[in-house]
Amino acid sequence: MSSTFDTVASIIAETCDIPRDTITPDSHAIDDLGIDSLDFLDIAFAIDKAFGIKLPLEQWTQEVNDGKATTEQYFVLKNLCARIDELVAAKAA
Amino acid sequence: MRPEVFKMIDRVVSIDPSLQKIHCQGLVPEESSIFEGHFPGYPIMPGVLLIEAMAQTTGWLVLARNRFNKMPFLATVKEAKLRTFVLPGQNLDLYSEILHEGSGFVVAKTQAMLEGKLICSAELTFRVLPWPEGKMKPVVMKVAEHVSFPLADFADA
Repeated sequence: MSSTFDTVASIIAETCDIPRDTITPDSHAIDDLGIDSLDFLDIAFAIDKAFGIKLPLEQWTQEVNDGKATTEQYFVLKNLCARIDELVAAKAA
Repeated sequence: MRPEVFKMIDRVVSIDPSLQKIHCQGLVPEESSIFEGHFPGYPIMPGVLLIEAMAQTTGWLVLARNRFNKMPFLATVKEAKLRTFVLPGQNLDLYSEILHEGSGFVVAKTQAMLEGKLICSAELTFRVLPWPEGKMKPVVMKVAEHVSFPLADFADA
């Protein structure tokens, strides 16, 4: 997870011009880092490319809108990284 | 092309079978009300409309990729370069290539050429969303016919 986090944090820092040292595993991408949905498209593009996956953003958004999930489950970075690791593992299986 | 009503594409020339690339054409008209202001006595195509032409080119490709079941909306313009003036009467060849299709968004590299010479380029990101309620989809389908979009190949009945 730490290597995944390092990659994701670097992507966020570069894409959104956020100081790298302010990004922690407990940071909420929206509430703490102030990343909006348009910037998150850039981040998703970079994550998809870096890990060879396709973040299921539409599904996550639908689940949050339907009250079946919280934004913390997907947008707190340690949770986001855990999802990325799952997607990478599923792709390799 | 009728830039005053944002009709930037005259014809879809080709879409490759893998749905990665598209080629469209648009002839800049000799007369258009946009030239009254851009610029008086020196008509040139506004750069923003060249970007719009590249966006519409990409839009037809994204529509083909999802068989007209969702609509692309321009979200980001990156690295836009406008290399030379485009004048009335010039025929643009517009190309777009998909760089990445994510969940609910598409990123494409797009270019406009004039007689084989690159005149503008950009990286464009689109949100791909359900059609809005109302008549937008049937209107776009109608426009597709007018620009020779191959509906039989790339649209659900």
